[in-house]
Amino acid sequence: MTLAFDLILCLMIVGTAAAALLTHNALAAIVFFIVFGNLLGLAWLAMNAVNVAMAEIAIGAGITGVLLILTRQRLMALGDDLISAETPGWLRAGAVLACTGLTALVGSAVLSVAPADDLGGPIAALLPELGIENPVTGVLLAFRAYDTLLETFVLLGALVAVWSLAPGNAWPRPPASLNLAESGGGSVAQAFGRLLLPLALVMAAYLVWAGSDFPGGAFQAGTVLAGGLIIAAIGGAVAWPRADNSILRAVLVLGPGVFLIIGLAGIALGRFLFYPPGFAKAMIVAIEYSLALSIGATLALLLAGRSVAPDHRS
Amino acid sequence: MPTLMHLYPLTGAALVGLGLYGIVTLRHPLRQLLAVNVVGAGIFLILGGLGRGTASTDPFPQALVITGIVVAVALTAFGAALVVRVAEEERARDDTAAVEATGDSA
Repeated sequence: MTLAFDLILCLMIVGTAAAALLTHNALAAIVFFIVFGNLLGLAWLAMNAVNVAMAEIAIGAGITGVLLILTRQRLMALGDDLISAETPGWLRAGAVLACTGLTALVGSAVLSVAPADDLGGPIAALLPELGIENPVTGVLLAFRAYDTLLETFVLLGALVAVWSLAPGNAWPRPPASLNLAESGGGSVAQAFGRLLLPLALVMAAYLVWAGSDFPGGAFQAGTVLAGGLIIAAIGGAVAWPRADNSILRAVLVLGPGVFLIIGLAGIALGRFLFYPPGFAKAMIVAIEYSLALSIGATLALLLAGRSVAPDHRS
Repeated sequence: MPTLMHLYPLTGAALVGLGLYGIVTLRHPLRQLLAVNVVGAGIFLILGGLGRGTASTDPFPQALVITGIVVAVALTAFGAALVVRVAEEERARDDTAAVEATGDSA
């Protein structure tokens, strides 16, 4: 039963990936990619990696899918037909050979490693010290907090990079509006946006809190928040702020900033990112709440894109 | 059964190959960006799948994969913004060329 499920799931994952890459229609490719992301989420669930499943479905399929659809829309408005030109036969044949060879190499490398949960035990033994029960949150916020701190700056850096692509006459105006209600007939989107944003806020707050002991955490919560903000923007309940809005900028740097300050304060007690015994959970939860807020705003603005000039409509 | 435990990482290897084929043969930057994401997903499956124990999956690669997923979306967003910017520049250049061709320039 489980073997049949795993086999069918893996075949569907490879099949949807192939469809996303080989189909001619760009929208069909993106839709296949979203299906692919959701199936991957199921694969992570099958491996008992619920934290990753949530992140994959919310970010890998959800945010990336919406981002690709919005980008396609913007490109079509610029007259790009999104048709991938036919590549010569010799190139395709060569690519098939090279990629099959590489897949065989990677496959044999994979087979030479025996899958094992090597670190699960040692990590579980260290968790009581932190006062949290979700081992993945423990790794993300304590044992490998360095990675996570840098990652939050990568996310912030990506937003700055996207903003830096704005033409001189557009900066620092808000990104292009996603408002459907403006163009008429958007009353469903309008009502839905107003309804969903508060629900997303409550759910994000819950996901961070539950993330200490159960699957969840700042990244999943931030994505839920970003989803709520996007739906609200489509419904017209939220308008994109200007890039030089000081409240917006404070929200964007809050998470990485709190993380960095707590990390630096640890130096006084021993080393960078050291949590004083007994206060570890409080600090982790404080970092996660500020991170969730910043991640939500950053992801939503990454989807919204950069400033546009006043006459520009996409 | 070793092959059964290796099913997901092997699927990851297949995705890496498929995605690279897409990067080489697709000729539109947005489609190539999608292919990069397929390669990334394959690498995540290899990384996480090799940490799969009998009852649980190693939390350490799980955390690394979550970090990777977030970095991948940051990369995709920047890539998409670059693609749109390039298309805008090309559009502006085409418009200028069209205006000059008709001798209607200001």
